[in-house]
Amino acid sequence: MTLPPFAYHALVGFVVLNVVIGMVTYVTLLERKFAARMQSRIGPYYVGPHGLLQPIADAIKLMLKEDIVPNTADRWVYNLAPIVFLVPCVLIFATLPFAPGLGVADLNIGVLFFLAVSSLEIVGLFMGGWGSNNKYALLSAMRAVNQIISYDLPFVFAAFVPVLLAGSLQMSAIVAAQQGTWLVVVPKWFLFYPVIGQLAFVAFLVATLAAENRVPFDILEAESELVAGFRVEYSGMKFALIQLGEYAHMIGTSFLGALLFLGGWLGPGSELPLVGALWFLVKAMLVFLVVTWVRWSFVRIRVDQILAISWKLLLPASIVLLLATAFWVAARGGHGL
Amino acid sequence: MPETTPRSTLEIGYGGSERLTMNMGPQHPSAHGVFRAILTLEGETVVGVDAVIGYLHRCHEKLGETLTYVQYPSIASKTDYVAAMTAELAYVSAVELVGKIDVPTRAQWLRVLVAELQRIASHLLWLGTWCMDMGGALGGGATVFLYCIREREAVLDLFESLTGARLLYGFHQPGGTRYDLPEDWAPRCRETLKVIEQRIGEYEAMLEDNAFFLVRTQGVGVISSELAQEVGVSGPLLRGSGVNHDLRRAAPYSSYEAFEFRIPVETAGDCYARYHVRMAEFRESIKIARQVLEGLPEGPISSRPGVKSVGQVRVPKGEGYARVEGARGEVGCYLVADGGAKPYRLKWRGASFSNLAVLPHILPGVKVADVVAIMGSVDPVFGEVDR
Repeated sequence: MTLPPFAYHALVGFVVLNVVIGMVTYVTLLERKFAARMQSRIGPYYVGPHGLLQPIADAIKLMLKEDIVPNTADRWVYNLAPIVFLVPCVLIFATLPFAPGLGVADLNIGVLFFLAVSSLEIVGLFMGGWGSNNKYALLSAMRAVNQIISYDLPFVFAAFVPVLLAGSLQMSAIVAAQQGTWLVVVPKWFLFYPVIGQLAFVAFLVATLAAENRVPFDILEAESELVAGFRVEYSGMKFALIQLGEYAHMIGTSFLGALLFLGGWLGPGSELPLVGALWFLVKAMLVFLVVTWVRWSFVRIRVDQILAISWKLLLPASIVLLLATAFWVAARGGHGL
Repeated sequence: MPETTPRSTLEIGYGGSERLTMNMGPQHPSAHGVFRAILTLEGETVVGVDAVIGYLHRCHEKLGETLTYVQYPSIASKTDYVAAMTAELAYVSAVELVGKIDVPTRAQWLRVLVAELQRIASHLLWLGTWCMDMGGALGGGATVFLYCIREREAVLDLFESLTGARLLYGFHQPGGTRYDLPEDWAPRCRETLKVIEQRIGEYEAMLEDNAFFLVRTQGVGVISSELAQEVGVSGPLLRGSGVNHDLRRAAPYSSYEAFEFRIPVETAGDCYARYHVRMAEFRESIKIARQVLEGLPEGPISSRPGVKSVGQVRVPKGEGYARVEGARGEVGCYLVADGGAKPYRLKWRGASFSNLAVLPHILPGVKVADVVAIMGSVDPVFGEVDR
């Protein structure tokens, strides 16, 4: 029996959505365990064997919390903000193929869709900061807008380097372009593409940190000065939705990084979709752990310094890199590889 | 509640027209206790600051008049609960000064030992919380914080086996100390000092090779040496502003003149200079503690018999001011005695209180994020500010 296309996509979308949410809960555990090791502690341990049920306990706890709406909040904006924030963060998984043919939709402009949708989260974020009617939240929302505007451009430029090399915006085509090896042993991932690949990956990682609002660019959370930033007034499930969105965004970006630079699902045995998906997951988690590693070793930098890094260094550098890649591809007659 | 009466705020004009008044504290993640700063902001820039203290006022000076000379030392440790040993030392020094009570050399050396260990413990807590101010509990700052707490625990373990307490000790008494070193304490202390000395190097490597740490601290919150002296700051803040003043050298007490150590001084006056001074002080304190362990003289630990009743110590009529170099600066105690078993009047000079007074002079003009970095570098303990 074959399903009609609409039903098939809806079914896959449902599965992906649930897998993403499940993954988010367990990625928090991974991060906490990883951070604990870095700080010479054990981390969550008591709920379930080795703390494996901790995320479930956290989810239940958040659901049972009282939902507080501040008296002076703009109720509509305040209540809508978590949803507006969460939707784009989850929607980015729509175009991600997890293995050949295993994904909701493999659009021919997949990368563009991903980048465009992921920057929409700022709307929900600003709504939250504005609607809370709290000074900390407002300051944080202002910072967020500053930061997203500054870092989306280098993020897009860095992500477009592999696109240029592969000659396609379609995610599966980008992975296909990374098939094969150089000098027998080095896989043809764009990370190993001489010079351009490494520079683009570094630019991508830095911009990713900023786009995900992670340390050292977490000025909008900034709990030592702004307490919790734009989500200071949120509690219970609304807070959980914001957390969920943030981590979904983080995982989505890690998958994008793994796809653009680390060859996506390519690896031994990747002809089988499940093995390919497993490879993809491992690579994405590697990217995620690098981000986590940075998070737990750096201090936060100031808002003016963050803007300076973006406009004075990262943006010009990524433009030059993109131009150089374009010339290189053009000089080789339209073939990056 | 909005303020009904206009408060005097120190403000600079910034050219903007829309101002935002933001309350930082008294309940705030980086208030270091209960400090309330009413910030006037233009965008992200602080243009005015009004510092409000007094949320932790516990009538310490009045309490000092109602408790006897024997009872109060263990309460004195509650003024600066992060460096309790030096607070006790200031009080008993004042009692000994006014009462002309001798202190045996061994007791003096023991006091130096615990004071330096306390300085290490206090600076460790400062380093951890300060990094947390800049990195947050969900960031790299928390990593440094947990490392520092781990080392502080080792020092507190030493204090625990020495006095039975981990935070507020009651180690000092007029005329000497209450406890002598237990068996095998000295080797354990040496071991701890060795570990801490090694770990200090690790923190320096982690922080000073980190470009983000440098941009957050260098050139931030500059206190000129003129301002420092005018306001009356002391301790690492003063030495970070290029003034070579340390009571252990300037007015030696408790036989500090017998030890060899360096007074670290930095001239930049910014957060990084204060950080550097404290990091150097770690090493100097370790050096002094080792010298004490090396040459601890034999003899009694107190010139007075053990305490049997609370009114046992009586101080003749007179008054005097004793001061010691605490972890945060000059901790002083002014005592007026009327011949009884209790002081007639007691006045504390808290180092944090005077150091905090510099904030309204240096905060206007900085960004909000720097407020917490600067406040952390001042290292206030509110038990000592509000008393």
